[in-house]
Amino acid sequence: MDFFFIHLLNALLSAATLFLIAGGLSLIYGVMRIVNLAHGNLYAFGAYVTAWTLGRALAGAPTPLLYLALPAGAVGAALLGAVLEPTLLRPFYKRAEEYQLLVTFGLLMILGDVMHFVWGPYPLSASALWENSGSVSIAGNPYPNYNLVVIAIGGIAAAFLWFFVYKTRFGVVLRATSQNMRMASALGVDVNRMYVQAFTLGCFMAGLGGAIIVPSQSAVLDMGVDALVLSFIVVVIGGLGSLEGALVGALIVGVVREAGIAWFPEIELAVLYLMAAAVLLVRPAGLFGRAT
Amino acid sequence: MSTLAVAVESRSPVRRLVWAMPVAAALLVYPWVASQYQAMLLAYGLVMAIAALGFNLLLGYTGLLSFGHSAFFGVGAYTVALMVKYLNVGSMELFLVGAVVGSAVVAGIFGFVCVRYTRIFFGILTLALSQVLWSLAFKFFWVTGGTDGLRVPTPMLVGFSGGKTDKIEFLAHAYYYYVLVIFFACVASMWVIVSSPFGKALQAIRDNETRAEFVGIQVRRYRWVAFLVSGVFTGVAGALWVPLNGLITPENLHWTFSGKIVFMTVLGGFSAFAGPIIGAVLYNYLEAYAVGNTVYWQFVLGTVLVVLVLSLPTGVVGTADRLIARWGGRS
Repeated sequence: MDFFFIHLLNALLSAATLFLIAGGLSLIYGVMRIVNLAHGNLYAFGAYVTAWTLGRALAGAPTPLLYLALPAGAVGAALLGAVLEPTLLRPFYKRAEEYQLLVTFGLLMILGDVMHFVWGPYPLSASALWENSGSVSIAGNPYPNYNLVVIAIGGIAAAFLWFFVYKTRFGVVLRATSQNMRMASALGVDVNRMYVQAFTLGCFMAGLGGAIIVPSQSAVLDMGVDALVLSFIVVVIGGLGSLEGALVGALIVGVVREAGIAWFPEIELAVLYLMAAAVLLVRPAGLFGRAT
Repeated sequence: MSTLAVAVESRSPVRRLVWAMPVAAALLVYPWVASQYQAMLLAYGLVMAIAALGFNLLLGYTGLLSFGHSAFFGVGAYTVALMVKYLNVGSMELFLVGAVVGSAVVAGIFGFVCVRYTRIFFGILTLALSQVLWSLAFKFFWVTGGTDGLRVPTPMLVGFSGGKTDKIEFLAHAYYYYVLVIFFACVASMWVIVSSPFGKALQAIRDNETRAEFVGIQVRRYRWVAFLVSGVFTGVAGALWVPLNGLITPENLHWTFSGKIVFMTVLGGFSAFAGPIIGAVLYNYLEAYAVGNTVYWQFVLGTVLVVLVLSLPTGVVGTADRLIARWGGRS
């Protein structure tokens, strides 16, 4: 039973970061109808910025200050997104989606090497925060407190996002644009501004995902490409463009991965991809997706 | 899809031959005038050209963007490596037969699943299925060697082994010509396919699915056949690639490798028959020199891709065609 509880916590842990990455991807797709292949590297960018801030710039600082500086990666990724959308993506909205995929694929390659150039080829870690946070005893086994913080941040982010999208004026405009861009535009919504905001918010989430993961794991160059494919699985299962779907998808993928690592490590990844393919076949719009 | 529908073929077959003959002649004499390294580099380019040619049957002619063609390339290559490992086969012809069968089976199954969808869902589905194969090759290391991959020795060509010749010498001459023959055969058969009524039907489906269906074309079935043929071409390229490289790793099954095949095709231009061929050869040089000169080669390639898509969406061949037409119109 206790063994089960630890596994459950681990599943929630990976679901929390996955939700942040995949939620951002899904939000961007929902509003702008763009599958952003560079999204994984925005997550990696967030991880690197936080790792650099905590591990280098603030090395040796007291723990509360480190917690305050944790969202640096999210802010960094959001700023990067706010620059990328108007310059590189905007020319492509009227063109076939093949071109959008290609330009974001190019962006994925470029961002990967920019991080390589800025932060070098070696893993960048910021484990002080993880070590300083101590651990609690769960059924006689120590469990890192920091992991509980990550789960909490994932939950809080999901709640905030729900509030943001369903209870604020911004959210109403966002959903209106998502449902019918032309109609929203005719009713006076500044679509270009909406797109920048949505893209920035999506990048902020990806960056936050990277930021909270980095005290427990180092930032490495490949992390973006790996995370992207996992978050693809999440949004395919949950439904492209649906935030509820991203949450449920992240929970499903988190649980299956955790179970996979424990019981069927060889085919853990294959099972995930096959699940995604199966959902696409049965419900192409995903579990929570709208039929378009 | 209508935005993709640029007129694919406009020039006459005679003018085409005028272009193709000197190119074919140059390819034949190339190993005699260029260094061994250059000949091998071109052999890599020709192999990738076969893969891109197959891929473009889906993108350029059927209007389906696959982000999972690494699967067929990898299946072709791993079939060869596993035939060496478990069956002790050394004949290149048997390798090619094995790769055709292997990639046909995988493409048949994947295609059956994928052609139910188009556009973005098709792309994601192909990506997800190819990643299944990647993760299997990655995890079942006792079969596939995991990230270390599998080694493949130089094969026997039409019953003859390289004998005592140096491996590089063998690859740069005998193997180069072997690749060249298969390349010509693939180009010729792809030409026959896209010019056949079947090829025209695919283009009709690409341009207007509903109208194609009303004319009596069984859309899903045609797409499935196109998927199968496309996968087999890419599988053949995988089989030819392994002896050249000497090693196959899961990297060639990863979705980023599929991205490279897409890149090549768009670089050359997917709305021209020769586009993927020229794009693959060019990309191969571009990558070889970028990797050779800087550790930030991905930055170089990514920038090329973004600039290309922004400014030359019809690719190198499409742009050259337009320039020639304009120049020809003036004189």
